[in-house]
Amino acid sequence: MTSIEQTDVVVVGSGFGGAIPAYHLAAGGARVVVLERGPWLASHEFQHDFLLGSSYTRIFDFTVGDGMSVLAGNCVGGGSVVYFATMPRAPRFVFDRTGGLGRRMWPSSIDRDTLDPWYDVVSDALPVTEQTWDDVPFAGGLFAAACSRAGRTANPVPSAIDKTLCTNCNWMMAGCRFDAKRSLLLNYLPAALAHGARIRPLHEVQRLTRTPTGGYQVHYDVVDDTDYRLTRGTGVIEAKIVVLAAGAGATPVILQRSAGALGTMPPAVGRYFSGNGERLNTAVVDEARARDLLGLDRGDGTAYEAYQIGRGPCVATWDKLDDSLPEYSRFSLEQLYFPPGLGTVLAQVPGATGPTWFGREKKEMLRRWRSWLTVFTMSEDDNEGVFGAPPQRGNAERIAQQMLGRGSLRYDPTENTLRGWAESDAEVRDILERDGLARVRPWTNDQVGAYTVHPLSSCRIGDDPATSALDDRHELRDHPGIFVTDGSAVPGALTVNPALTIAALAERAVPGLVRAAQRRGVAVSYGAPSPDGTRTRALPPPLAA
Amino acid sequence: MAATTPADPATRATLEAFADTIIPGVKRSPDDRAIAGVEDDPGAVQAGALEVLADPALGLAEALDGMAGLLNMHAQNHARAGQHILDPAVPPFVALDFDTRTALVQELTDPSHPEREVWFGVALFCTMAFDSAPHLPTAEALAQGHPGLSLVGLRRPDADGLWRFPHFSYRRRLASVHPHTTATGSPA
Ligand SMILES: Cc1cc2nc3c(=O)[nH]c(=O)nc-3n(C[C@H](O)[C@H](O)[C@H](O)COP(=O)(O)OP(=O)(O)OC[C@H]3O[C@@H](n4cnc5c(N)ncnc54)[C@H](O)[C@@H]3O)c2cc1C
Repeated sequence: MTSIEQTDVVVVGSGFGGAIPAYHLAAGGARVVVLERGPWLASHEFQHDFLLGSSYTRIFDFTVGDGMSVLAGNCVGGGSVVYFATMPRAPRFVFDRTGGLGRRMWPSSIDRDTLDPWYDVVSDALPVTEQTWDDVPFAGGLFAAACSRAGRTANPVPSAIDKTLCTNCNWMMAGCRFDAKRSLLLNYLPAALAHGARIRPLHEVQRLTRTPTGGYQVHYDVVDDTDYRLTRGTGVIEAKIVVLAAGAGATPVILQRSAGALGTMPPAVGRYFSGNGERLNTAVVDEARARDLLGLDRGDGTAYEAYQIGRGPCVATWDKLDDSLPEYSRFSLEQLYFPPGLGTVLAQVPGATGPTWFGREKKEMLRRWRSWLTVFTMSEDDNEGVFGAPPQRGNAERIAQQMLGRGSLRYDPTENTLRGWAESDAEVRDILERDGLARVRPWTNDQVGAYTVHPLSSCRIGDDPATSALDDRHELRDHPGIFVTDGSAVPGALTVNPALTIAALAERAVPGLVRAAQRRGVAVSYGAPSPDGTRTRALPPPLAA
Repeated sequence: MAATTPADPATRATLEAFADTIIPGVKRSPDDRAIAGVEDDPGAVQAGALEVLADPALGLAEALDGMAGLLNMHAQNHARAGQHILDPAVPPFVALDFDTRTALVQELTDPSHPEREVWFGVALFCTMAFDSAPHLPTAEALAQGHPGLSLVGLRRPDADGLWRFPHFSYRRRLASVHPHTTATGSPA
């Protein structure tokens, strides 16, 4: 009989929720193994290329559900490698949301004041920096000017980007070639590795079983490095503590699949999923009006024509983040670039007389692509997402070799969510269609339903066992030793980009994790400082990988 | 990897006609039947829709003959319902005129249609062929004047194949910030 590999802690997933505990536990002396389903790429492998099989499809994951599609990372570093690095803190009122519960959704121990010190820690570690108007790309400038003319405020949003290295290439979703984006490959992951953590790419965890001594066996498949539909073997590791951080679209699926062996899961596992109330509107800007109404000039007489230039969302308007407004009517609007390929088909033609998303009028809209401006709504949805029976493997039946799969998430937006989207659409129109500046229309939800790059809440923290799968220390109820520290743990939509909040919650969860590990006999301490944010080269994969 | 496309001529013509309904283009020759020819410049077919659909990376290649057959069955039913006589020299979907093809695709992608996911998926890949050419290295596609990338106006990369925009900002304050912005630049 071959002996099973033993370790103190297995971390599943290497995004924000995985990398942060992995670092602290390793720095405190625990033996840590990180299992990550995606590949590990070096900076020079992040390509500016839409070619199938390039980094764009290798490190990205698009799971079509029933009423909700989820976009996420699929690589060492997780979402931090593909994301846009816009990093605001969540507004104060968010922590007092009640959702459909009639009581506060968040644990009583957490509000903005208690989270601020953790936000500070993460902001120093990545680091997150403020943006000035000089840093704002044309698209953000145009949006700001339109907001201002419509009587709104607009803010350059803090971000985890090194401005001195950024080329404004807008290829962020394919990974940052220039190490300008402060992904986890530049801070927590190299720090974890320096303390002996081991990171195993292309290891997809399928399920957990219990050991006779109260620990866990983590069962994984080794995934082919090109055709992710294929597996190259299986394995098991035994750990005293398991930290699940596979992302809100994947963590609950692992637990569902484990229920047979581990026993009944808390009812909130795989329920209360939130898409962060996301919605997109695409505008086609009238260049002459942008010049005349907003006084914009790029220096050569061109007013705008700069959709392609920049680095994701840089400017937001926060006027509707107003705690005097009723719940579901609060949202932020952010200017956004969404690259050609996946999203274009969903953009609807403003004023179309025929089909709205294909055909002759769509081609005419594409002719004016340089004058597009996309606006991103993050609102308060109703946590209406529910996961169905888990697929055979991973969190989706994979369709393509890479990126595209079909998952079991069902999302049927409630009246509350729909009303928030309608109000945000009206707000976008009011800002952008004034005096013919632009014509705008939301993306269609008829085809793939809603979509989100911010999956949340599918295994959330809370005080009420009926509606939260985790206690306020992120431990899975009735299953001691299993912790969840990724976006699944966030109780509900945040009305702003979530990664900084996910990261702050993960930092906050670490002391409790360390205590739990100590109780299980792991020699580990808490207190190592978080990374100082000064590393400038991304962590390359080991040569053998 | 060499680009491949479906071998069966009827499958080819049928899927080309579908692609042309999604992003229409100019006929390749006067006797082109698959492309309806409602536009003066190239559309999804010239952009490589069939190469994308048949790309092994997408996992659809095996299913294309079946999809074309299904589409032709729908075309036949549609024609019968409207009492149109179809030219038997070409597959039924190809025999439909542009507006009828459009109406049928709208029907097949309606949220209530049981096959919506299939037809939307095909439409997605046709649109992708046009606006992102995922079957070709992007810099090469641009250098070759790929019709879709040229039409959307995707800018050219630097000589090393990477994009850089040193001039990217109006460099001035264009709005007042929210009065409750905190010291870290976040909402309060
Ligand atoms: C295009 C895009 C842009 C974004 N822009 C922003 C932004 O500007 N600001 C912001 O705040 N947020 C942004 N986000 C969201 C942000 O990336 C996520 O909120 C964040 O990464 C979530 O962290 P996480 O730890 O929950 O999960 P992730 O970062 O998604 O990490 C989960 C990891 O687990 C791995 N995994 C999944 N299943 C398994 C398994 N079975 N076994 C092993 N490993 C597994 C995944 O491959 C992944 O690496 C963006 C997301 C996308 C897709």
